[in-house]
Amino acid sequence: MTIKEIFDTMDYGPAPESSAEAMAWIAGFKGRFGHFINGAFTKPGVTFETRNPATGAVLAEVSQATGADVVAAVKAARKAQPKWAALGGHGRAKVLYAIARILQKQSRLFAVLETLDNGKPIRESRDIDIPLAQRHFYYHAGMAQLMDSELPDRAPLGVCGQIVPWNFPLLMLAWKIAPALAMGNTVILKPAEYTSLTALLFADICGQAGVPPGVVNIVTGDGAVGEMIVAAQVDKIAFTGSTAVGRKIREATAGRGLALTLELGGKSPYIVFEDADLDSAVEGLVDAIWFNQGQVCCAGSRLLVQESVAERFYAKLRTRMDGLRIGDPLDKCIDVGAIVDPVQLDAITRLVAENPEGTHYRAACAMPAVGSFYPPTLITGLSSASTLMQEEIFGPVLVATTFRTPVEAVELANNSRYGLAATVWTENINLALDIAPKLVAGVVWVNATNLFDAAAGFGGMRESGFGREGGWEGLSSYTKSKTALKPMKQIAAFAGNGGPVSGIDRTAKLYIGGKQARPDGGYSTAIHGPKGALLGHASLANRKDIRNAVEAANAAKGWGKTTAHNRAQILYYIAENLSARAPEFAARLRDLTGQRGEAEVEASIRRLFTYAAWADKFDGQVHSVPIRGVALAMREPVGTIAALCPDEAPLLGLISVMAPAIAMGNRVVLVASEPFPLVATDFYQVLDTSDVPGGVVNILTGSHAELAPTLAAHMDIDAVWSFSSTDLSKGIEGKAAGNLKRTWVNNGMSRDWAGAEGRAFLDAATEVKNIWIPYGE
Amino acid sequence: MQTHVTDPALAQTQLPQLHEPRNQVMPLDPRWVASVQANTSAIERRAATLPGRRSVKKDYQAAWLCKAISLIDLTTLSGDDTEGRVLRLCAKARQPVSPELLARLGMTGLTTGAVCVYHEMVPAAVAALRGTNIPVAAVSTGFPAGLSPFHLRLAEIGESVAAGAREIDIVISRRHVLQGNWQALYDEMREMRAACGDAHVKAILATGELGTLRNVARASVICMMAGADFIKTSTGKEPVNATLPVTLVMIRAIREFYDRTGIKVGYKPAGGIAKAKDALVYLSMIKDELGDRWLQPDLFRFGASSLLGDIERQLEHHVSGAYSASWRHPMG
Repeated sequence: MTIKEIFDTMDYGPAPESSAEAMAWIAGFKGRFGHFINGAFTKPGVTFETRNPATGAVLAEVSQATGADVVAAVKAARKAQPKWAALGGHGRAKVLYAIARILQKQSRLFAVLETLDNGKPIRESRDIDIPLAQRHFYYHAGMAQLMDSELPDRAPLGVCGQIVPWNFPLLMLAWKIAPALAMGNTVILKPAEYTSLTALLFADICGQAGVPPGVVNIVTGDGAVGEMIVAAQVDKIAFTGSTAVGRKIREATAGRGLALTLELGGKSPYIVFEDADLDSAVEGLVDAIWFNQGQVCCAGSRLLVQESVAERFYAKLRTRMDGLRIGDPLDKCIDVGAIVDPVQLDAITRLVAENPEGTHYRAACAMPAVGSFYPPTLITGLSSASTLMQEEIFGPVLVATTFRTPVEAVELANNSRYGLAATVWTENINLALDIAPKLVAGVVWVNATNLFDAAAGFGGMRESGFGREGGWEGLSSYTKSKTALKPMKQIAAFAGNGGPVSGIDRTAKLYIGGKQARPDGGYSTAIHGPKGALLGHASLANRKDIRNAVEAANAAKGWGKTTAHNRAQILYYIAENLSARAPEFAARLRDLTGQRGEAEVEASIRRLFTYAAWADKFDGQVHSVPIRGVALAMREPVGTIAALCPDEAPLLGLISVMAPAIAMGNRVVLVASEPFPLVATDFYQVLDTSDVPGGVVNILTGSHAELAPTLAAHMDIDAVWSFSSTDLSKGIEGKAAGNLKRTWVNNGMSRDWAGAEGRAFLDAATEVKNIWIPYGE
Repeated sequence: MQTHVTDPALAQTQLPQLHEPRNQVMPLDPRWVASVQANTSAIERRAATLPGRRSVKKDYQAAWLCKAISLIDLTTLSGDDTEGRVLRLCAKARQPVSPELLARLGMTGLTTGAVCVYHEMVPAAVAALRGTNIPVAAVSTGFPAGLSPFHLRLAEIGESVAAGAREIDIVISRRHVLQGNWQALYDEMREMRAACGDAHVKAILATGELGTLRNVARASVICMMAGADFIKTSTGKEPVNATLPVTLVMIRAIREFYDRTGIKVGYKPAGGIAKAKDALVYLSMIKDELGDRWLQPDLFRFGASSLLGDIERQLEHHVSGAYSASWRHPMG
């Protein structure tokens, strides 16, 4: 076209970014890559092709790792780890800083390579992915520097196996590697098989940054390699990817004593209230669902619009969609690039085609003739029962429905198995700050969407996984307590055949919903003292009692909304009432265990005081994120926590798990010490007299081994803790995969309950929700 | 009000080349005004990321820069303006880029959109532009503060129209916005519009003095209800003049007005747009938010004085491949 013709049409025209430098880097490896193990590239083995999804052209051949490769990588990481940790915070900080600097110096090379391999628009890789990856290394260089002074009780985990997805290849690598290295761990990381190249380029610069051999190991290949890493002798698995694979990893790691973090799928709600700046909310959707072709775990993929503005909003949205430019991802003027692989394109196409419900609108934008592209799509008129409202599409497809009131908006938003992110648009600060805490999501954006920063944790609730990446809250995923634990032995109940010691027969029932309830099964077990005397009978709870206890706990949801001061008052009151009956509890402990009980009762009272003290002091944070606004890291209760209480400290153990949980606003279903349950059943009366609302604390007695699987599999329990002396860890972690509930198990190790209190328990009793609130008028 | 045009053929060439129904006065709709929202952070984010999302290169860039020239209200608004200075400016408006360069671009005949001057300079500008299709715009109504007696402000419009101005850039009373006196703002705008007669009226909101983007949005809507043909950001004399966030707010108001009434109102950012690159960003914002139709001089203008110089240098670079120097181009 002539300039005059363009003058008349005012078309954008092509604005291609050159791929020459990236292709030259690939050519430097003759187009064939091995793995990066112990500081060097291996010779390419059996390879597979990695392609540019925008054109279908082969970019390079990448090796499929063998079992031997994985073993070699883990061995290298294991060997390098002690020295890396011993380098100290400052030593590691210098290396991380150097990585950040080199990423910055080579930013365009990384961006172009990412776009070639993944198909995302160069605008995104250049302006978002690569700068954020740099930011994570800068930020965590600082965390390495501060570790010695700020985390004196934390030690590295050791060797971390990390598996990252194809949607943000380098950025997810940075999210994984930066905190791991900062805290003194070494890593073996597997990029997704579609998108290995930037991880290999990263490996290539590790040497320049002074990363010692073995500290970073990159192995490439498909899911089979991922399985090998999960099965390897590592100390931690960090995975970002699909919920289905996350569930498999949860099962595969069950009982192995591994640390695990999972960042999984989502179907994140995008809520537009009638008083929102509708034009800005429409533009927000471009960043929510058409960012990275919608292949974003936290994509705002579920649009909820208030009825009063829905039609106007949809009309504006359709107009905006028509203006999106889809095509060559290397073009600087493109909004929507290529779907990562034809396999994914097929999956999106099929899912949408198989669910014709609702009104489907395809953006009227020109589509490229070749390559793996899917048009931006809006589907309105759906209900929460629609498959597309529930299933993650992982493509540029937005589904929508309407709501009438703020309450209904929250109900619809939370009507999902997922809980990764949420977006709220309103000009009313009261409404925004009322809604944000009610949304089940690890991240909430107010009047914005898809804001990320290394200083703010990212991660999900429910089946979106667990663990946080970024911020102070992310560091616990890469460290462990320095306190050494000892192996424990199962504590058996005393046997006996004697008659009652004295007095009137007392019936120890279960404690459900603030009332004593007979066990559903109608069975009890005799409890004997150390010398065989019959001390009483304890109910044998079964799965129906668990069902009832969980229902009671969930009916007490209001506990999480009471003020922290109020919860503290109740904990003090429990302590007060326990103190009033201290001699009686001490005597009961002596009868049950044969040990003097005064110290345990006294420690229990102290512990109640400790968590009454913490109730209003375990504050959230305001993170220093690079926007004009705040990112509030709020501590929220996990929900309903089931705990198998320690056998060895029947009163102190129960209180040590109950008190932090209820102090933070959770409801609990506690299974009392199996051999010594009667001190727990005595405790019902203390709870009754202490104004604890019914359902906040539920206590069952019976067999830990029998009850644990039901608790772990229960879909309406949010976390299971086990400190039982019965070895239940594997079973609990495996069964917990069902709804991906949080687990905290002892892995057969004992702890000294006299000192078992503080942040570890409070951390486990809370989820960090980051609420981003940009401001400005 | 008597318009002065003597040559009917000339009058025709001065009218916008594309014909749109002119905005008419509609009743003030307070509910619409009250529902207007503008989220500053989100608007700033959109404005900040747009330059990274849109890029025009090579011939396309040259064509877009020529387009920008065709949309410039080449402006001089100084206390020391003289007829001689205005003649020089008008010569530049007629021949904004050297003939040789325009020939190589295939854009011979390109002119700026208009010339914009104070009332006293209107006759000189009209005379200097005779025989072209370049209209003269006059700033009016006690520009820039707009605080002279109201009847004099209206009379000033009439004088400028009588002197041959085809476009009148009025200033609104900022206090009406700051005091939330929407009726007063509406009435003022309506009367000014009436005073313009057939001359097109551009309403200068002086956005740098309105306090918030929400106020900018409200003032935009009210001026359009009261019949403004264009809404314009600034006089160029406020501490902050045209910005991308303000532009976004105003053009979204124009879009909403079009959606509800079917009437296309024009937009003129003024002050602070000095670089060719800035002009490209503005054009892409208009294209993406309002559509291609708004990239014509009847619906979009840049109020600028130094922008043209930078564009000339970029165009010479495009043709020659060598970076240019300002002294190589005739000054305006």
